[in-house]
This record gives sequence, C-alpha cells and structure tokens, in this order.
Amino acid sequence: MIEFHSVTKRFPDGTLAVDDFSLVLPSHKITVFVGTSGSGKTTLLRMINRMVDPTSGSIEIDGADIGTLEPVKLRRGIGYVMQNSGLLPHRRVIDNVATVPMLRGMPKKKARDEALHLLDTVGLDRSLANRYPSQLSGGQQQRVGVARGLAVNPNILLMDEPFGAVDPIVRAELQQELLRLQQELGKTVVFVTHDIDEAFLLGDQVVILRTGGKVAQVGSPAEILANPIDEFVATFVGADRGKRSLHLENHGDGDIVVDETGRLAGVLVGERSSAGSESKAGPRGPGASAQGGDSR
Amino acid sequence: MNFVTETVAWLIDPANWVGAGGIPTRLVQHLLFTLVTLVLAAVIAVPIGFLIGHTGRGRGLAVATSGAFRAIPTLGLLTLVALWVGIGLNAPYVALTVLAIPPILAGAYTGFEAIDRKIIDAARAVGMSEAQIVLKVELPLGLPLLIGGLRSATLQVVATATLAAYVADFGLGRYLFEGLRIRDYGEMLGGSILVILLAIVLEGVFALAQKLVVPRGVTAGLPTDIRDGSSRSRPAMESTIKEGTSHVRNE
Ligand SMILES: Nc1ncnc2c1ncn2[C@@H]1O[C@H](COP(=O)(O)OP(=O)(O)OP(=O)(O)O)[C@@H](O)[C@H]1O
Ligand SMILES: [Mg+2]
Repeated sequence: MIEFHSVTKRFPDGTLAVDDFSLVLPSHKITVFVGTSGSGKTTLLRMINRMVDPTSGSIEIDGADIGTLEPVKLRRGIGYVMQNSGLLPHRRVIDNVATVPMLRGMPKKKARDEALHLLDTVGLDRSLANRYPSQLSGGQQQRVGVARGLAVNPNILLMDEPFGAVDPIVRAELQQELLRLQQELGKTVVFVTHDIDEAFLLGDQVVILRTGGKVAQVGSPAEILANPIDEFVATFVGADRGKRSLHLENHGDGDIVVDETGRLAGVLVGERSSAGSESKAGPRGPGASAQGGDSR
Repeated sequence: MNFVTETVAWLIDPANWVGAGGIPTRLVQHLLFTLVTLVLAAVIAVPIGFLIGHTGRGRGLAVATSGAFRAIPTLGLLTLVALWVGIGLNAPYVALTVLAIPPILAGAYTGFEAIDRKIIDAARAVGMSEAQIVLKVELPLGLPLLIGGLRSATLQVVATATLAAYVADFGLGRYLFEGLRIRDYGEMLGGSILVILLAIVLEGVFALAQKLVVPRGVTAGLPTDIRDGSSRSRPAMESTIKEGTSHVRNE
C-alpha cells in the first residue's frame, strides 16, 4: 500500500507541480494517474521512488515513511518502466534485464538465467536476448523495459506512459499483456498515461488530475463514468460529447455499436440482452466488446 | 646540395642511427615524454572533466580556465618554469601538461554531456548509485569523445615536445635546435620529418582506438533515438579536435 499524505511539490523555479495531494494506492491493484500534459503525473510517480522529493507532506509504503529510506536502496526494490524504455544502449537485452539484480549482488549467471525467464514472461523470444536495444522495434524495447522493471520481483511497479511511443495495435497488445501479467503477479502498479481510454482499461483505481497536480476525481472507471463529478471530468472522459453513450444499430449481419456522433465504436458479441437496443456499453474503446461491465 | 638531398643524406647516414644521440634513442625519448605528459594531464583533467560532465556544474569555469590555459604560449611558460626550477625535463613536463589539459578536459566532459539525459535518468531510477552511473553508463558511452580529446592532446604534445630540447638534451627537438645552431638544414628537416611521422603513427593508433571504443550497441542496428544520440555527439567531437589543431598552429 502506498499512501500520499498532503504531498506538495514546488520546483525551485516556482512551478507548483503537485498541490496538497492525499491518496491511498491499494496493494495488488493498478492505480492510474491520468491528466493532461503538465498535470503532475510524472512528478507524483517519481516521488514514490524518490527521484523527486516532496516539498512538504510525506509518502508511506506499507507504513514506512520513504523520506527516511536511502534512495538508491529504495529504487532497487521498485520496478520502473518509462516511455522509450530507457534501456542502456551499450548493453545487450539480457544484460539490461539483469542489471538491477546484479547491482543487488546476484551472481551474473543466475541473473542472466532469470532474465531469460523474464523475457518469456513478457512475451519476447529468447533469440532477442543477445541483441542491443537499438536492434529492437519500439514495442519490443518496451517489453524489455517491463522485463527489467520486473527483474527484482518488486512489490511495486511504476510505469510512466510505458506504451506512449508505440502504434495503436502494439499498444493494445501491450495493454492486454499487462493485464494478463497483473492477473498472474498481482503487483501494486502505478501507471501514468494521458489517454483516458487506457486509464479506464487498465485502472482498478483511476485518478484524474488537473493542471497543478490537483485531483479532479478518484474512483473506479465505472464510478467515474457513471458520475463525473464536474464538467472538467465529464469533458475529459468524453461523456459530454456522447462518446461514451453507445447504442446498437442493426446492420443485417449483426449488431454494431455506435456512439452519439454516429461513429463506429465496436461490434456486439455474444447474446444480446433483453434491455433493448439502448444497452449501455462499457468503456472499452474501438474494437472492444460492447458487453459492458468489467469483462476482464 | 639542396635541402631534399641533404635531408635524405642525413636520414640514411648510419652514424645518425646509433649511440646516445642517435635517432632510435631520441625517438623513444620523444615518445616516452609524450606518453608521460599525457598521463599527467589525464590524471588531472579526466576526473575533473567527469565531475563536470556528471554534475553539469562548473562547465563555464572549465571553459574559461581552458581558454586561459590555451592562451599561454608554451615556449614562454617553458622558459618561465625553467628559470624557476632550472634546466632539465621538469620544465617541459609542466609546460606540456598545461598544454594537454584543455583538450582532454573538453573530451571528458563533452563525452558525458553528449549522452541522452533519458538514459542517465533511467539508470538512476532503477537504482544505480552516482558512482555506478559514472562507471557503468557515462564512462563507456562517453569514451569515444574522451579518446578524441586524448587524440588531439597527443597531436599537440608530440609536436610541441620538440621544445623540450630547448632546455634539455632530449628528444627529436634536439635535431631542430642543433641543426638551427650549426645551420645544418638536412638535420633540421630530417628531425622535423621524424616528428611528423611519429605524429602520423600516433594519429593512426588513436583513430583506431576511437573506432574500437564506440560501444557495439550504439553502432549496431536500426536508426533509433539512441542512434540520434550518438550522431549528435559527433559535431562536439569535431570541435574538440579543431580547437586542438588551431592551437598547434599558434605555436
Ligand atoms: N525538474 C523540474 N523543474 C521544474 N519544473 C518541473 C520539473 N519537472 C516538472 N516540472 C513542471 O511540473 C509540472 C508537472 O510536470 P510533470 O512532468 O509531472 O507533468 P506530467 O503530468 O507528467 O506531464 P506529461 O503528460 O507532459 O508527461 C509541469 O508544469 C512541469 O513543467
Ligand atoms: Mg510525464
């Protein structure tokens, strides 16, 4: 469990990035910080591994104030995955994954063995192990980044727009992969994105932030969608544009799901409920099942 | 006899190839002097350069100091130090170390500065200590530019080390000073050619070393962000070398 207690961050240049932020991030769940650029998501995330120290307030991990912990030691126990993977260009894939376990004193051979297993875990072919990061596609690099984040078997995994730089198809793939992994591993994941669809897909708890690190709304995707607390949130989640009120249209061969602007949102799979053609669909983007609810 | 035949005659005269004042002895002296000077300069400049490159602090001071160092005429400094510590090799060591420090310093910190900040940030975020970041990330990635700095320092020192003979019976410069004194242009030109050859050989060695130390992962593979990072560093390297050559011309 990660707890933020009235955390404020003002950078030396005067920018107020996070303003009096308090929140509990439950263990074994995915919490997503979502908001526009500059809303303080990265700053919040990096305060958890002390890459940034708060100006005031405190952060606790399982009851221990991290301000009292040695940053390097703290970071070695927390997985960190970032946009553009952040891999070391001069080290092979396998050595990138084995880096942190070896820093923690694991013998090289064992670290490399485990790194190979981690490549399996994140769905990478072992034949890529001896390549350099520059010899991989963006999606593959991102998977290596996730493998490296998991390498010390951390309880906490911090992910800063990890899928921001890959194309939509690969992104969807990686998102599903993360959900599958999470089912297996049950980490406490803190995930940053500016994509509301991604936030609703992945998050057990979604935190919508406005500029200046202020919380607009916290809740499960369903809660936020059902009751946007104000206009800002409604706009942000797209509810006001009708993007989220979906209805069915019959096209002979089958039912398709369309939003209020008439844009195709998906197809209906499985049995059609008796609720009729105005059945509400879940917050899954284009191509997803419109069976609604928490289908994962 | 013209200069060319005089020079050839001097170079092939067997008498010049033996004994304490012979070409092989002086060549080795010259080379060792150059190496020792480089090591001295590197011991001073590399740690400071790494510190500047790693922390991003003190760059302005380093540039200003390097500039001042570069402006010092080496012959003047040599004479001054020699007046102070006396005739012998100490004065040339001091003067040429001063000459070699700026390019090595610049090579050390530009090597670090050319590394993509995201890579270093990531290394820190996964739990590398500052020392580990320097040794395992910045050093290997910055090495090509450091070698570039050493290369231009070597070129300057090997050429300017001829001045050591001004205050000591030492090195290939002896042929220049002696030839000048006794108006033996064959000896002067022959000595110069030897210095040039030595410089060319060292250039070749460093050019090779520079190629070899570029990390495999940086040259391998598809053009990506990482590749951009290394190509951005190239202009920086060129400027280091250019600054170096212009200094040689000043002498
Ligand atoms: N090191 C820093 N020094 C000064 N200001 C900073 C620093 N880091 C971030 N900021 C400022 O703090 C605010 C929040 O930045 P942050 O990186 O947390 O935003 P973000 O929500 O992650 O944005 P993005 O979606 O663009 O990544 C911004 O106004 C930013 O300019
Ligand atoms: Mg960010």
